[in-house]
Amino acid sequence: METLIEILQELHPEVDFRTCHTLVEDKIIDSFDIVSLVAEIHSEFDVVIPPEEIIPENFNSAEALYRLIQRLEEED
Amino acid sequence: MLFTSYEFLGFLFVLFLLYYSIPKKYQWICLLCASYLFYACSGVKYLLYIMITTGSTYLICRRMEEIQEEQEYYIRINKQRMTREERKAYKAAMKKRQRKWLLFGLIFNFSILAVCKYANFAISNINSILRLIKSHSSLPFLSIALPLGISYYTFQMMGYTIDIYRGKYPAERHLGKLALFASFFPQLLQGPISRFDDLSKTMFSEHSFDRKRVSFGLQRILWGFFKKLVIADRILPAVTTIIRDPQTYQGCYVFVGMLFYALELYADFTGGIDMVIGIAEVLGIRVKENFERPYFSKSIKEYWNRWHISLGAWFTDYIFYPVSVSQPMLKLSKFSRSHFGEAIGKRIPVYLSTILVWLVTGIWHGAAWNFVVWGLMNCLVLLVSQELQPCYRWFHRIFHLEGNWGFRLFQVIRTVLLMSSIRMFDCYRDVPTTFRMFFNMLTHYNAGELVNGGLLKLGISAADYGILLIGTGLLLGVSLAGRKGSVREKIAQKPAAVRFLIWYGLFLSVLVFGAYGEGYDASQFIYNQF
Amino acid sequence: MIKGNKQKKNKKIVGGISANIVTNIVVGIGVVLIIGSLSFLQRLFMPKYMGKVVEGALIAEYYQETTKHDVIFIGDCEVYENFSPITLWENYGITSYIRGSAQQLIWQSYYLLEETLQYEKPDVIVFNVLAMQYNEPQKEAYNRMTLDGMRWSLSKVKSIQESMLEEESFLEYLFPLLRYHSRWSELTKEDWKYLWKKDTISHNGYYMRVDVKGAAGVPPAKKLANYEFGERAYFYLDKIRLLCEKNGIALILVKAPSIYPHWYEEWDLQMEEYAKQYGLAYFNFLELFEETGVDLSVDTYDGGLHLNLSGAEKLSKYFGEILSEEYGILDHRGEAKYDRVWEQKIAFYYAEKEKQLADREWRSREDVRVQKEQ
Repeated sequence: METLIEILQELHPEVDFRTCHTLVEDKIIDSFDIVSLVAEIHSEFDVVIPPEEIIPENFNSAEALYRLIQRLEEED
Repeated sequence: MLFTSYEFLGFLFVLFLLYYSIPKKYQWICLLCASYLFYACSGVKYLLYIMITTGSTYLICRRMEEIQEEQEYYIRINKQRMTREERKAYKAAMKKRQRKWLLFGLIFNFSILAVCKYANFAISNINSILRLIKSHSSLPFLSIALPLGISYYTFQMMGYTIDIYRGKYPAERHLGKLALFASFFPQLLQGPISRFDDLSKTMFSEHSFDRKRVSFGLQRILWGFFKKLVIADRILPAVTTIIRDPQTYQGCYVFVGMLFYALELYADFTGGIDMVIGIAEVLGIRVKENFERPYFSKSIKEYWNRWHISLGAWFTDYIFYPVSVSQPMLKLSKFSRSHFGEAIGKRIPVYLSTILVWLVTGIWHGAAWNFVVWGLMNCLVLLVSQELQPCYRWFHRIFHLEGNWGFRLFQVIRTVLLMSSIRMFDCYRDVPTTFRMFFNMLTHYNAGELVNGGLLKLGISAADYGILLIGTGLLLGVSLAGRKGSVREKIAQKPAAVRFLIWYGLFLSVLVFGAYGEGYDASQFIYNQF
Repeated sequence: MIKGNKQKKNKKIVGGISANIVTNIVVGIGVVLIIGSLSFLQRLFMPKYMGKVVEGALIAEYYQETTKHDVIFIGDCEVYENFSPITLWENYGITSYIRGSAQQLIWQSYYLLEETLQYEKPDVIVFNVLAMQYNEPQKEAYNRMTLDGMRWSLSKVKSIQESMLEEESFLEYLFPLLRYHSRWSELTKEDWKYLWKKDTISHNGYYMRVDVKGAAGVPPAKKLANYEFGERAYFYLDKIRLLCEKNGIALILVKAPSIYPHWYEEWDLQMEEYAKQYGLAYFNFLELFEETGVDLSVDTYDGGLHLNLSGAEKLSKYFGEILSEEYGILDHRGEAKYDRVWEQKIAFYYAEKEKQLADREWRSREDVRVQKEQ
């Protein structure tokens, strides 16, 4: 989780990712950010996020994103 | 049938009556018949195209789902016997089978689109190359007329196919329902590109006559007519005069043409979408908004999130993400990170996918180099402004202008001007002319000519300008009011007499000031046949 | 307790009814407002045909007639500019009316005839055969001038359907506002002045002109690929003939003495043939200049296309004799009912003539003055 927050903070230092639950809905992170995230996660966690998992529900908060990573790790 | 023809109004009237007088469970069938009738009006033979796309999509999606079911069944039965690795391998094999079907569906249907829409563009390019290498042979052009709305329904159906492949929702079992999704008549001409899970929520359910909803729908249709007939079609003669004759209309005429076109396109396209959403609303179907006051955007990026939203979303979901997070792209990213450094490595997937998306978006808009360049220009502006992000942050840290009213206005105007100048590519005949006219606009000063009666020689009269001024003012006012909730909702709370005056007044102004009928070419919707 | 409830209920029902009435009244007012404003706008935007182009006003004037007519002329400008009903009355006591309009197509003439027969039954129908040349609708503006003035009837509906060009729509005839709404920027004083009441333009359908411009140098006739009149033209000529037969009306075919548009020999032969085949009278006045006394050097106002007043009077005197001698059309002079009506018509006729002559005088003096100044 801490690693993930770090990655996010690097993208947007001004956002508090621990409390924000509307990252996509409020357009805080855009499609460019999402792609960077997927690449970062791939290199940090060695998890591939397939395109069908790129939906607002999975990217709206750091927590949701972390749950997604865990789920994908398990499936692997 | 044009939306602004008497026939279409008659068609709608009869459909609305029928829709609410037959048993509710047949309503969607009534809509399917109406949609096919509407489609047949553009040429009966075109029905074949949409039927083939619908049929093939139906079969392929059902097949993919069967494979999925087979897999689930097999795993459930053999759960104990399989190791984790075996299960993974089995799943991968099944996914591969599904992928074959997906690819077949995509290639098959996009090929139809490509042949209909892009074959002649390709042939003309091949011929130019042949001429370049001094070959005397040339390919003959195909005479294929474009089936109505082929880009829209193909994109809609391919989105559906990909969703089924991804297992986002179950495939539709009823062929008729899928056919209605593909052919829903209000959307055929100019979108929006709907998603199946979104539209099917309301499309196939039973709708009873709800007075408020129906009158809201009718109001939305009326407002669409106002934009289309009173504003877009009235300013159109001036736009065509200027862009058809770049020799005569230079300098500030180009600028005027650019602004007029921005207004015309906005009024035409959003007006058309208002009609689409309004018609659907009367029928009890919720079609997603396609615009969100795009001209109030503060950047090109924001603009593209608010203009033709469904198209942008389609490209993001089905091209941008799949390409940018694909295995090869991730590998490429990793590779370049280690070889060219963090900064470049990070950008590679985003940049490549963005360029691809805009190339396709350009081509989607029209089979011509103009649109390719148009797409790439958009892409360029987007990427440059992305790169300038740190500069912006630095600027705002120093000047504290964020949120400042005047600065926001500056941003809005800048975005409109930038967007309009990129759009010149879709006005002028070819790419060189566009570049020439763009520089001509910046270097040729003839503003005096414009004021000395030049504006009145563009094919619209002083009275027309008066109407346009008032109409545009109204448009702006409604847009501003719309920022704080539905305007129709606000009007609905007014006393009956006021409501009557507002809506009947709007109706009368369309009736009297609309540019329709004899002496006016009911110009085709600009987004027709895309 | 129970009683109270009942009373309450009753009250509620009463309240409901009165609320209902109020709603109905409000809706009623709305409907009246809508219909009223739309018909007002329609009236306002429809061309009044009172200024320069008056031909569009001719058809509607028929409905003001209070007495019957023994002779009805149908056709295009070759009837309404060449025959004068007032002359027919003054000289022979013949009551007649011209139902003609600009470039009136043969089916439009037929349906006008059909409509006229709803109002009265004349003894003679006179049809000018120039319209045989058109087998297809020609021009939207002329369609409008002929059709907009007609009262609504089945005949009008059919006439519209036959006349519409491809780009026209029946709806725009039903609600002319749809056709003329774009005149909002061209409205003139005329549109307000004649909003409710129009002036009378014609003299029983005759459009008077007193000015003179003798015939000279008519363009040579163009060679045609095919001189055979169209199928549709014949179809409606048959229909006119049969309708007259059915009603016991004598049909007379005429060709007015206008030298342009050119009346081809081949066309003339076809009409002669047709008349012979069905035992109809056919007068080609282009061959009767001597008998009628029409002299195209003075009797036309536009170089031979249309006759002026003196020409129309000469032609009418000649034709009136035929009507009363050969067709036994009654002399209604001395019948109080007719005298009263026609007295007014005659007064209007001569007043108009005086006015136009004075105008002409003034204009020619003006011309001389301008020439002198130059």
